[in-house]
Amino acid sequence: MSPRLSWDLVADWEQLTTYPFMVQALEAGAIVAVMAGAIGWFMVLRRQTFAGHTLAVISFPGAAAATLAAIPVAFGYFGACGLGALALAAFGGEERGGRSGESAAIGTLQAFALGLGFLFVGLYGGQLAGLEALLFGTFLGITESQVVTLLCIAVAVLTALAVLGRPLLFASIDGSVARAGGVPIRLLGVVFLLLLGLAVAATAQITGALLVFALLVTPAATAQLITARPGRGLVLSVALAFAVSWLGLGIAYFSPYPVGFWVTSLSFGLYVLARLATSGAGWGARTA
Amino acid sequence: MTEAISLSGAAASRGGSPVWSGVDLAIARGEFVAVLGPNGAGKSTFLDLVLGLLAPSAGAVSVLGQAPRAARPRIGYLPQRRSFDTSTRVRGVDVVRLGLDGARWGLPLPAALSPSARAAAAKVDEVIELVGASAYAERAIGTLSGGEQQRLLIAQALVRDPELLLLDEPLDSLDLPNQSAVAALVQRICRERGVTVVLVAHDVNPILGYLDRVVYFAGGRGVEGPPREVIRADVLSRLYGATIEVVETPSGRLIVVGTPDAGHCTEDHEQVMV
Repeated sequence: MSPRLSWDLVADWEQLTTYPFMVQALEAGAIVAVMAGAIGWFMVLRRQTFAGHTLAVISFPGAAAATLAAIPVAFGYFGACGLGALALAAFGGEERGGRSGESAAIGTLQAFALGLGFLFVGLYGGQLAGLEALLFGTFLGITESQVVTLLCIAVAVLTALAVLGRPLLFASIDGSVARAGGVPIRLLGVVFLLLLGLAVAATAQITGALLVFALLVTPAATAQLITARPGRGLVLSVALAFAVSWLGLGIAYFSPYPVGFWVTSLSFGLYVLARLATSGAGWGARTA
Repeated sequence: MTEAISLSGAAASRGGSPVWSGVDLAIARGEFVAVLGPNGAGKSTFLDLVLGLLAPSAGAVSVLGQAPRAARPRIGYLPQRRSFDTSTRVRGVDVVRLGLDGARWGLPLPAALSPSARAAAAKVDEVIELVGASAYAERAIGTLSGGEQQRLLIAQALVRDPELLLLDEPLDSLDLPNQSAVAALVQRICRERGVTVVLVAHDVNPILGYLDRVVYFAGGRGVEGPPREVIRADVLSRLYGATIEVVETPSGRLIVVGTPDAGHCTEDHEQVMV
């Protein structure tokens, strides 16, 4: 029996939560969305979206290597993203090189990571189904224990963000004054990349390496278009990420198209709407 | 009362190469002081020394009667900049607030719940009012003009009631009306609040009328004194080790002619400004 969407929302919700795999997908989607929405807001503010993207790409060879070595894929994700974060921190450490030097170095790392990923997939025998899951996610194949692991990581990341948040905000928008005020900006930068790596590794297991951005960047970028207040922006970013992941899962359940497509389309649509609304409403709205 | 800043036989070096040496100076509390000199002469290095970000390679530095690092909470600092580009989606009032408690760990409580958060918000409003930025402080800082951003950044430097204010080229990149408006604002803060102001400048003229003292770095050395006793042909010629002329225009502007460039500056206006 294929699920059928009706106007009765309660009945729809009951259909949606009939199967455990769907309940776990909703749980995992919610956890990942809240974490990605929060850390993504800082990432967009710090202009580290390229670093975040690179971490996501790095998760692919990590997962592929873990599959090849027949160890749990999670180890591959977290190991690769952890090492990637440290590598990015080392590149970023050469401050004198400036932004362009940094992004070129990050791009090099990204290209190498992709190449490694294809090597591992090739060595494994090039199983296409596995490759697709690594790149575009396995929303519907999440186990109960994966949900628990995700929850622990999300709590850890969000707690760390709550403690570091204010100096991190200071360092992100006003580094030289923060440094003069005694904020350890270099250390914060490294810790932030490690947290980002952790969040990306967790998110990539659900959304796949290439769709991480739907939850990490787009809701945060949309929130920053809508409001310049840090508190509201964070809450909005989390709310948007949560909304697109649940709506995406819900729509995908009743449609023949994959979850990843719906999540990315919804968040992209919201971003475009926010852009149109803020540019159309002129300066008044942009400054809200 | 102890001096705001005193250097005795101080020398500074960066990356092993000396910037200046043998500098003695005493800046009294409440003075408005300009730090002048060509690019690369060590003006920003002087500020780093005062902030305790750099240790002197010789001699002694004392700030507000303390070691520089210990005095840091009593210093307001505005680095060279630094403008926020249009995509910076944070309000001016948030940037000022970060100057108050941005270095503190943990989440801030909402003002509705905590008296100290309300006091902080009131303090932020007070300094924004003081610099005359109330009309645009709620806007995203990236959308503001250079002069508006500079006022908010001065408010940020003032928000902890510093005894010493260090401003690194705050007039750079401002147009002339904004230069004189910001200079007048800084002088008013200096006089009304009794804050010692040390301002690094490229061109002394917008602030010449307000200054108590200048510190002039050039040729690996530094001299200090009242503006018209330092910006003189004989003093600057000795400092640079070359023949320098100082011309005063009928309106009282000072023009320094013949400065050899220290290092790699290519701006042609360097030749005619102090």
